[in-house]
Amino acid sequence: MTSAWLQFIASGLTAGAIYALVALGFAIVFNASGAINFAQGEFVMVGGMSAVSFLAMGVPLPLAIALAVAASVVVALLIERVAVSPARNAGTVTLIIITIGVALFLRGLAQLVWGKGVFRLPGFSGEEPIAFFGATLLPQSLWVMGGAALAVLALGAFYGRTLAGKAMLATSYNKLAAQLVGINTRAVLFASFGLAAALGAIGGVLIAPIAFTSYDAGIMLGLKGFAAAMLGGLGSFAGAVLGGVVLGLLEGLGAGFVSSAYKDAIAFVVILAVLFFLPGGLLGARHSDRV
Amino acid sequence: MSEPVAPRHWAAHPRSGGTLLLAAIVALLPLALPNNYAWDVAIQVALNGIVCVGLNLLIGYAGQISLGHAGFFALGGYASAIAASRWGVPVWLALPGACAAVGALAYVIGRPTLRLKGHTLAMATLGLGVIISIGLTTEDRITGGPDGMPVPPLVLFGLIVQGEKVWYWIAGALLVATVWLALNLIDSPNGRALRALHGSEVASQTLGIDSARFKLQVFTLSAVLAALAGALAAHYAGFITPAKSSFLHSVELVIMVVFGGMASVFGAVIGAAVLTMLPQVLTVLKDYEMMVFGAVLVATMVLFPEGLVPGIARRWAGRKP
Repeated sequence: MTSAWLQFIASGLTAGAIYALVALGFAIVFNASGAINFAQGEFVMVGGMSAVSFLAMGVPLPLAIALAVAASVVVALLIERVAVSPARNAGTVTLIIITIGVALFLRGLAQLVWGKGVFRLPGFSGEEPIAFFGATLLPQSLWVMGGAALAVLALGAFYGRTLAGKAMLATSYNKLAAQLVGINTRAVLFASFGLAAALGAIGGVLIAPIAFTSYDAGIMLGLKGFAAAMLGGLGSFAGAVLGGVVLGLLEGLGAGFVSSAYKDAIAFVVILAVLFFLPGGLLGARHSDRV
Repeated sequence: MSEPVAPRHWAAHPRSGGTLLLAAIVALLPLALPNNYAWDVAIQVALNGIVCVGLNLLIGYAGQISLGHAGFFALGGYASAIAASRWGVPVWLALPGACAAVGALAYVIGRPTLRLKGHTLAMATLGLGVIISIGLTTEDRITGGPDGMPVPPLVLFGLIVQGEKVWYWIAGALLVATVWLALNLIDSPNGRALRALHGSEVASQTLGIDSARFKLQVFTLSAVLAALAGALAAHYAGFITPAKSSFLHSVELVIMVVFGGMASVFGAVIGAAVLTMLPQVLTVLKDYEMMVFGAVLVATMVLFPEGLVPGIARRWAGRKP
């Protein structure tokens, strides 16, 4: 019984770490632009797929990972310049549709470049499962959890200790006030896209040895990341991480004890319940509307 | 668009003149349809148009987004198909019954859902759609699972409804009726209350508008229209798969509404027409299809942020002296 719990918690935490990275990407772009970037899942896919390609070209794994993250960032920056920035004064729904268009474009491009096949990366440190208290764990799961934790810590340091990070934080609190103290909020939006894409790509590379990757792998990861961001409280960084971990755990336990077929549905049922009672999410702001 | 206008000739009013124009287009279009494939595309346009007019009432006029309408579309098809093929209900009865059942479901789940706003509402409706989609895929003993299920044909007055030409007239007539209904609704006192809601919910509440009730009614109406189109599409195709309930299909429907133009009934129809036909044209491009579709979408929204019809109308009006 205990080992079953451990097993489900371990797999839940692994998935939750990835959801947290994707959710952070949603939070970063939301804070800078007030819009949900529906192409966030595509950055995860681009990261995973280009790592596979670089590895196939004979590039050593660590370099392949770095190049894949860089590729994702370049794609995101291009998209921000060409598609998002020209429409930054448009309404929220228009921005959502634009990012959906971008997602379709990237998915189509990926299908053209890599085909419809399913790819995987080798485990970073072998495939031999580790046994602990009767449960087993793939070494890659440790990489996923450790890598995600490291990325979150690095992000915290970036926001807390660097001028660029503080400028981004200031913009998320109050865009107009940030402009008044001389922060270039357009540059912040630009950088936000790059940062969000980097986090997504790291998630995509970390998960590729376990969950595999294909041209359409971004959809469900994107939706789960969005759900995790909402669960924690949209725009809250701590909330994004908490939301991702909680969502992953619920899914892992739900798949184990209730029904694996309804794994994804369980996550969304719980999110609906949370939203009905706490519309701002777990760590979201409680505020009333201005008229 | 809501400023007071001098009384116009009835034919210049969209409620009568616009509906007549649409009816004329529906009636004359067959002259230009070269083959069964073209008839089929026209039917798809009409069915998508019915969903989009309903969805536009919700998104464009009431200002409430739904990313789960494909769920209602597919439920309409499945409910009608299951009632007819498994429970022996005659199809002419199963179809409206399915619409009523989906409407009742939307009414019940709309109550807590529509208290949410903005991105939270988007997430909640997205979640509803995903749950419906997973349910339809997983309950394979009832729905046939991921492979889908056959749907019995529609039988009216003892005659089996089949062939593109008959279905075209059914779908076209229902589209005209839906547009007429929507235009009347918007011009009614309830419609004005709805538009006030879009402007500011709190302000409209202080005017004594029961915003929760109106939102729920429009949500239910749009779900019923989606279920109607879904059921018709299922009986027409003779087959239905859970793909009809997918998140992507929900997104497609929202894109048609926004692309054509929010708060424009005819914009919804034109959005449905353009985006239903675009992939048919793009099959020429085969592998590039999805990429080009995405690029066209982005370009349109960057150039016309308020949608095609209002955007072009504004440019055209701006050019006149």
